[in-house]
Parts: sequence; C-alpha cells; structure tokens
Amino acid sequence: MRLTRFQPIAISAACNVFGNGENRRSKPGRSRLAYNCGVERGSSSAGSFGASSHLISGMAAIEILGLEKIYSVGFWRKTPKCALKPLDLRVEEGEIFGFLGPNGAGKTTTLKLLMGLVFPTSGTAKILGREIDDPVVKAQIGFLPEQPYFYDYLTARELLEYYAELSGVDAGVRSAKVRQVLDRVGLHDAANLQLRKFSKGMLQRAGIAQAIVHDPKLLFFDEPMSGLDPMGRREVRDLMEELKREGKTVFFSTHILSDAEALCDRVAIIHQGELKGVGAVAELTSSVAGQVEVAWRGGAVPASLKSLVIESHVAGEMVRALISEDKQDAMLDGLRREGLRIISLTPVRSSLEEYYLRRVQPSMASAGARS
Amino acid sequence: MKARIGHIASNTFREAVRDRVLYNLIAFALLMSGAAILVGQISIDIERLVVVNLGLTAVSLFGVVIAIFIGIGLVSKEIEKKTLYTVLSRPVRRWEFIVGKFFGLAGTLAVNTFFMAIGVFAALLYVSHQFQASDGWILVALYFIVLQFLIVTSLALLFSSFSSPLLSAVFAFSLFIIGSFAEDLRGFAAMAHGLGRWLATGAAYLVPNLSALNVINSVAHAQPVSSQLILANSVYALLYAGMALCGAVLIFERRDLK
Repeated sequence: MRLTRFQPIAISAACNVFGNGENRRSKPGRSRLAYNCGVERGSSSAGSFGASSHLISGMAAIEILGLEKIYSVGFWRKTPKCALKPLDLRVEEGEIFGFLGPNGAGKTTTLKLLMGLVFPTSGTAKILGREIDDPVVKAQIGFLPEQPYFYDYLTARELLEYYAELSGVDAGVRSAKVRQVLDRVGLHDAANLQLRKFSKGMLQRAGIAQAIVHDPKLLFFDEPMSGLDPMGRREVRDLMEELKREGKTVFFSTHILSDAEALCDRVAIIHQGELKGVGAVAELTSSVAGQVEVAWRGGAVPASLKSLVIESHVAGEMVRALISEDKQDAMLDGLRREGLRIISLTPVRSSLEEYYLRRVQPSMASAGARS
Repeated sequence: MKARIGHIASNTFREAVRDRVLYNLIAFALLMSGAAILVGQISIDIERLVVVNLGLTAVSLFGVVIAIFIGIGLVSKEIEKKTLYTVLSRPVRRWEFIVGKFFGLAGTLAVNTFFMAIGVFAALLYVSHQFQASDGWILVALYFIVLQFLIVTSLALLFSSFSSPLLSAVFAFSLFIIGSFAEDLRGFAAMAHGLGRWLATGAAYLVPNLSALNVINSVAHAQPVSSQLILANSVYALLYAGMALCGAVLIFERRDLK
C-alpha cells in the first residue's frame, strides 16, 4: 500500500474511520445458480461498502436484479459468450453513479440492456420504478452512446429538433428549448452547421445536447469524456455536476478513474462481465488496509519503535512512518515516551485507482493463468 | 405514435434529399432528352411507342435501384453508425421506426417518380406535339410502378432487418428479377408434376408478382387498363408490402442491436 494522501486530522476522528470496510453481500439470501455464466448468484466477489449501497429505502432511479446477457457467437456452430454475469445494482435518485471497468468489461452491454437495445438472457431492470421499455420511462431518460455518431446531414439545430420531436417535447417550446441547450453546451455559434463538419469534441457536445434536450430526469452517459481534451473533460464534468444540482440522476460509464473519483457519489466496478465492487467513493478510498501514517518531529525512528514501523520516510526533521492500525496506541505512547512531538496521525487512504486495481487485478491474473 | 412515425419518415426523406439521391433526376432528364431527340429523328410513326416504353422502363429501373440501395441501408446503416441508439432510447417503438423508415423512402420514391413522370410527358409532347386521351393510361402505369416500389422497398427493409447490406441487396434484387417473371413462373408451375408442382407453385406465389404490375407495353400501345386490374393490383401490392413490413417488424423487434 502506497501512501497517497497526507491529510492531517484529529487523532480521535481518525480512529473512527476504521472498521467500516465490511464486505457485505448485496443480497445475502440469494443463491440460485446461474450456470451459463458459471457464477453463483449472491456470492460474487463484489464488495458492497457502506449503508448507501442497498439499504436506502424509497424508489430507486435504476434497479437491476440479476440482469444477465449471453450472446451466441459464430456463424455455423454458435457458442455462448457471456457479456454480463447476473448483475444486481441499485442507483438512487439524484446521485452521480460511476460504472467503472476496463474496455470489454460489460459496461456498454449493461447500458444497452438498460436502453432496451439488447435483450437480457435473464433478470430484470426497472428505471424510475417502471419497466425499461415503458415509453413513459423513455421520455424521462437521456442517453449518450460511446463515440456517438449522428445524422451528419443535419445541422446541430435540426438534430436537436428531431430528437426533441421524438421525445415528445411540445412544438410551442421546442425551438426555445433547442436554443437553450445549444447555448448550454457551447454550440450556439455552430447551430446551423452540418454535423459532418463538426470536430470530435463538438460531436460529443452535440451528443450531450441531444441527451438533455427533453429535460430528462435520468441520464446515461457511455464514456462521456472519451476522446476529449482536458478543457472538454472539465466542461463535461461541470455539466454533470450542474445536472446533479438540478436534481437529475447521472449514470455514466468510464475507465478514467480520476473523473469518477472527482464526480461520483458512488461507483461500481465491473470486470469481465462481473460486478467487483460497489460503494460510495469516500468509503472505497477510505482506509481499508488497517494502516495509519504517523508524522512527528525528530529526525529518525527511535530504535525502540523500529519493530512497529512498516515503512518510514525522513525529510529533514519530519519523520513519516507507516504502521499497522492495531499498533497505533503503542506507537503514540512510544513517541510520547521519547519526548517527540507528534504532528499527525492519518488513516491511509487508498485512491480509487488502487481500489480498482485490487478488484480487477485478481481476475486479470486468473485470466492470464487460464490462457 | 403517428407524429413519431411522421418525424422518422420526414427525416428519412431529408436524408435522401441531402445525400443527393434526387440527383438521379438529372441522369433521367438527360436520358429522356436524348431519347426524344434521337427518336424524333429516326423513328417513323412509332415515336410515342418508343418514348413511353423507354421512359416508363427508365422510371421503373431508376426507382427500383434507389429502393434497393437505400432500402437495404435503412436499418443496417443506422445500427452500424449507432444513430439508432439515440432514437430507440427515446419513446419510439421499434415498429414505429421501421414503419417511419418505410414511409420516408416511399415518399422519396413518390417525389422522384413525380418528377420523372413530368420528364416522360415532356418527351412525349416533344415527339407527338400533342397529348392524346389514351396518354392518361400512362398515369396508371406510373401508379403501378409506384406500387412496385412499395413492394421492393418493403422487401429491402425486410432483408435489412436481419442481414448485411450486401446480402440484402442480392436478395432484394433477385426477388425483383424473379418477381418480374412471376407470371412465367406460375405458368411453369402449372405444367410441372408431383412435388415439383407444389414447390414451383409455392415459390411462384411467394415471390412478388411484379409482372402483373407492369402494364408499360399495353399503355405504350394506347390500350386501356381495366378498373378490376387497378383494384386487384392495389390490394395485392398493399397486402404484399404490408406483410413484408410485418415480417421486418417481427424480426427487428427481437433483434439485439450489438
């Protein structure tokens, strides 16, 4: 475990952080076997962190129960290929939810299942409390596919008007709505330009504009920052935060962890079609390894305390030492005995990237062993 | 529902116009002008026959080529380019998408045929110097050609709903060729025996009877078209196109859009 953040906090508060990283199962009672994908439902390796995962009452924005997709591949002799193992997931209204995973993990398949573009092999999903193919629901959702391609013979204004028409936006407010959305995504000056003349960044803005033109409650973005320059990514992030402030729910897939860490209330990690973990970002990045970092003024680790220290770093007078959580009291007592001035005691917080790699790497290793 | 179909149809029409599909009219205009001038110089008393035959056949072929080559891409291109994703994630039913696409292309072909018909009549006026009462039957022949387009478009959509553009083109064009000789196929079936008779009869009635919709030769000879034939052909074409469209919808409703 690397020390990734230096966050001086009160010692008493730091002590309370530990011990909440329990590996709760999302559905403890479920054990029906899903033979096709070779996993036991309810006993997957997905860690569910904190109360926010499944214990919140009220209507969920998205509720997925055992959603599974197996494709038949091949021309003559069809062989089954599992794209998504039975997935249970609940996304609450008003949150930004990140769906993380490497390429080919099953993120887009999940989104396609939720959009009704592909049909599940088994399982169900509800959006805003209704079946996913309900037109009432579809009028309330906006979708930005990965690397969107739109009708390039249309201008940006015509494209948005077309989508607004299909979403049932009243003719009386349609033009005003389109104008407003074009302004919002910064395409006002390109409103009458055909999309075939758009750059990739402009196309992504047009994609976001079409997703929000009908003022949906729930937004699905598939890799919304993909291919954007830093400024474009920042703008998309700002827009997503604005949407959240407006009370909308945003579900987005990404493999850019820094975006997820900066934006999401909760994230789920998926790999090889299987959910590997779900929880609040703050919980996932809190101390899960039971280690703390102690900093004091002194210039070296006293010989009597060396056995407690896992790793230490000296910079001038400042010493930072990584110790096991259960040895923190002994360490603090020892430092006081030595008359050294304690500066801070900080729980080691892993980054989302570290959490992600921990969740994803074991299966990558086993995949490598199989091949 | 109607509004959504209308929006999809008008967008399909707009795509065809902006992708310069109607530029074929220029080629058609050149063909008709050249034919009129040439026929006027070399034909004796058969100018009308040649112009009507050539004109209506060109209308039919130009339209069928457009129906097939746009029709086969109506669904597959939208899947390939993922434009369909943002449409079907809205309150648009899959069948509404198919029907909207059909009407969009049918509308494009109708407009195309309208302008071509003007070209045919202009060439006819050039060689005959005046219209005859029997020239009105040309309108019936044009109506039958539009009915052919409806059938071919629905077949192209049907194939497009489950196969690749190339295979769809091959299937649709093959059916157009076979359908143009459907009457001969039925005659052959009547002469066959045993299992061959059953198979040939089945095939003869399965393929679209486009030969019944071809009255170009008779109107070129100024022969009238019976009202029974107009009614029968209308009912047949609408039923056939409707069934092919239903088939396209049934397949597309179950298709995973990978």
